[in-house]
Amino acid sequence: MSGAIATNPRSRLSDFFYRHSGLLTFALLLPPLLWIGIVYLGSLFALLLQSFYSLDEFSGLIVHEFTLSTYEQLFTPTNLTIILRTAVMAAAVTLASAILAFPIAYYAARYARGGWKALFYLAVMMPLWSSYLVKVYAWKLILAKEGIVTWVAGKIHLGWLLDALLAMPVIGGSSLSFSYIGTFIVFVYIWLPYMILPTQAALERVPKNFIEASADLGASPRQTFRTVILPLAMPGVIAGSIFTFSLTLGDYIIPQIVGNSRPFIGTTVYALQGTAGDIPLAAAFTVVPVVIMGIYLMIARRMGAFDAL
Amino acid sequence: MPPAVSFQHVSRHFGHVKAVDDVSLDIFEGEFFAMLGPSGSGKTTCLRLIAGFEQPTSGHIEIFGETAEGLPPYRRNVNTVFQDYALFPHMTVGENVAYGLMIKGVARAEREAKALETLAMVKLKGFDQRRPSQLSGGQRQRVALARALVNQPKVLLLDEPLGALDLKLREQMQEELKALQKELGITFVLVTHDQGEALSMANRVAIFNEGKIVQAGPPADVYEHPRSRFVADFVGSSNVLPPEFAAAHGGTHAWTSLRPEKVRLVRAGEALPAGQFGVSGRVASALYQGAITRIAVELNSTRIIAAIPTGMTTIQEGETVALAWDACNLVAMEAA
Amino acid sequence: MRSEPGASVPLKAAAVGGLLFLHLPLALIFLYAFTTEEKSFQFPPPSLTLHWLSVAWFDRPDIWGPLWLSLKVAVLATLIALILGTLAAAALWRARFFGKDSLSLLFILPIALPGIITGIALRSAFDIMSIPFSTWTIVLGHATFCIVVVYNNALARFRRLSPSMIEASVDLGANGAQTFRHVILPQISSALLAGGMLAFALSFDEVIVTTFTAGQQATLPIWMLNELIRPRQRPVTNVVAMIVIAVTFLPILAAYYLTREGEHTGGSGR
Ligand SMILES: Nc1ncnc2c1ncn2[C@@H]1O[C@H](COP(=O)(O)OP(=O)(O)OP(=O)(O)O)[C@@H](O)[C@H]1O
Ligand SMILES: [Mg+2]
Repeated sequence: MSGAIATNPRSRLSDFFYRHSGLLTFALLLPPLLWIGIVYLGSLFALLLQSFYSLDEFSGLIVHEFTLSTYEQLFTPTNLTIILRTAVMAAAVTLASAILAFPIAYYAARYARGGWKALFYLAVMMPLWSSYLVKVYAWKLILAKEGIVTWVAGKIHLGWLLDALLAMPVIGGSSLSFSYIGTFIVFVYIWLPYMILPTQAALERVPKNFIEASADLGASPRQTFRTVILPLAMPGVIAGSIFTFSLTLGDYIIPQIVGNSRPFIGTTVYALQGTAGDIPLAAAFTVVPVVIMGIYLMIARRMGAFDAL
Repeated sequence: MPPAVSFQHVSRHFGHVKAVDDVSLDIFEGEFFAMLGPSGSGKTTCLRLIAGFEQPTSGHIEIFGETAEGLPPYRRNVNTVFQDYALFPHMTVGENVAYGLMIKGVARAEREAKALETLAMVKLKGFDQRRPSQLSGGQRQRVALARALVNQPKVLLLDEPLGALDLKLREQMQEELKALQKELGITFVLVTHDQGEALSMANRVAIFNEGKIVQAGPPADVYEHPRSRFVADFVGSSNVLPPEFAAAHGGTHAWTSLRPEKVRLVRAGEALPAGQFGVSGRVASALYQGAITRIAVELNSTRIIAAIPTGMTTIQEGETVALAWDACNLVAMEAA
Repeated sequence: MRSEPGASVPLKAAAVGGLLFLHLPLALIFLYAFTTEEKSFQFPPPSLTLHWLSVAWFDRPDIWGPLWLSLKVAVLATLIALILGTLAAAALWRARFFGKDSLSLLFILPIALPGIITGIALRSAFDIMSIPFSTWTIVLGHATFCIVVVYNNALARFRRLSPSMIEASVDLGANGAQTFRHVILPQISSALLAGGMLAFALSFDEVIVTTFTAGQQATLPIWMLNELIRPRQRPVTNVVAMIVIAVTFLPILAAYYLTREGEHTGGSGR
């Protein structure tokens, strides 16, 4: 035996952790846990706390007393409209991303092979990780009145269609970059990769013999798709929707740069904490997406979406 | 001289599963010890207790007279050859073999020389610069062996080291392992569920069942004198005769084991010599197995399997034959 | 491409169309960096020039400060995330305790919840504790959501380590620290590097949280945001956008190859 008693302190520490391996796990976990716990959860808690304070309307100072009056303010018709507008936008964006993402994910998962597959993956990863602001900016260029969309529409003699679109009530506007359509397009563009990757991951996991078995049992390709592939891909789509939905709910930059300047939750929060200095109401506003996402995550978890993350 | 490994009433339970259950066992220095048993009988757990990867739930383990409980694996002078070899993929073969020496702080030149020497011993000269992924299964197995042996452990633990190899290679490796053990004089503890392997390689075999050692002893002893029906069945195959039948045919009034190869065919009209007993019955099945033919003969109270050298006579299913055995081949067992 | 019952034409068209939709806008950024039209986004550009590259380099000192700050923040945030993310992954990989799933959810939370929440939460915490804005307040926020990137990469690789290999190391005399250094670290290092690169790219162009944690300081994305809202020389913004694309593109590409190589040595079929 090479000596039962360790002499130097470092190997004694090693022995200690070997005998108490649970403690080692705990020691490893402690720093990240403290960080997330203090920096992140602590801040979230501070935020929540703020939402129970109120703003003194005359002095503009925050009254550090527990009150629900801020939440009363939250449920005024104007604010409810903002929440509704954001939720509808988030839902529309999620739906559109799911529809756009599916063919790409399906193709990449089932047909692309070797070099093509790597190319596909990179082609999705690149926009996902490349600069958010640059991408928003690119769309500003595209959607501008004198920009490429107008130019292309003119070239192919579809200018009238664009004009008709912009003349539509609610979603239209003076140009694409000043309309809901524009905001919607940019949201879909920015969050699309977040939908593609989990969907593709879920589709990769559909075993090929499932599909063959289904065909064997006499199912048409369409039936196979509906009854086998779609249900199995669903957890991936839901995982993706967590991102698209949540990110749209909280974004405050896209509507500022491309859109008709009607407020969303994000822009409202931004304005409230900045120029208005009404941190309590801003805090109360952020509780809305947290609650919505909390419910969303619970449902998603029940449907097994976390395995697809 | 204390035993190399000593188990005193050792148990290892996982919740309700008694993986090792009250095992007492001594393994002596220089011995080639085999642990044999069906899947899930606790062999690997026993090995892991020796190596230090598991701690006993109760009982006491000594390695060369020193208490082993609480001693981490890296402080035990015991090395393991893993079933999946567990080679380090990011190191060359040479670095793999030199790993233990590097950890001990042996200088580079010296440990490289030792590694080469050990690789030569397992017939892998010239492979030291390769990666494990560039080796065949048998070669990886040898690297795993060299990696353990280079540390000159006092006990070498081998968990089904030949399980992944094909028959031919396995037989070759069995011989080499046996020779190596003789040459080095290291205590080997081999886990296997291949009874042929255990019987041919070991000085002593322990038969495991459901976490307990049901019999231990030299291979011939265990084979010739199984103490229980389980051992008789598991080690080779055996006819297990009921007490009444055994008493009437040369044995005592006990459950009795009779090896198929000890049963012979009686020619028509042949008189049985003294000390031999016989029966006759209908052949229910005859299985040709190359050198022998295995026939099952149906009697009133039991059925007897006999392994008959092929080519003496051709035996048809349905025909009636007479069988005989020496009384000394009947082995009375303690339990059914 | 291997022959398989090939994809139908509409599916192919939809897939390729989707990818074009993802990439063409970025190409436009490059085009507009060379336009001679300064005031509007006229398409096609009247003519092309290299003028703006030199303007950005020589005449706009306001770019350098933010660029430097962004790099500094990204490096610091990445280092913190590397340490904490690896620790978290190691712990949860070893752990067999109840509540492991909730813990991993906790680490994902900073990217699952909208960034504005993280931002304003940090901001109100700084307020309450009267912490003045500094480089470190930005780093604090960035590290928080970068941890998960490293964590995910590291955990995936940890799970591919075979337990018997670690036992083999311990069996050969290496204690926990030595096993980590000689056996575990070399095998997870490429995943850590990849995670670090992604974290760097993520931090380098983060703007949503940064707006709340920067105070009066400007990182490069904040500089860009200001230019978007109050443009001065539009093509200069494009030049900077090109730089940002380049600075994030390379680490992402590297990360991809690092993790892919790992899969190959891991013995995946194709
Ligand atoms: N870590 C563990 N946790 C729970 N149960 C375990 C653990 N390790 C072993 N067991 C159980 O203990 C019993 C004995 O396992 P062991 O691996 O020792 O069997 P074995 O004899 O080596 O079998 P095999 O020949 O299949 O390798 C089994 O029922 C197994 O399921
Ligand atoms: Mg086993």
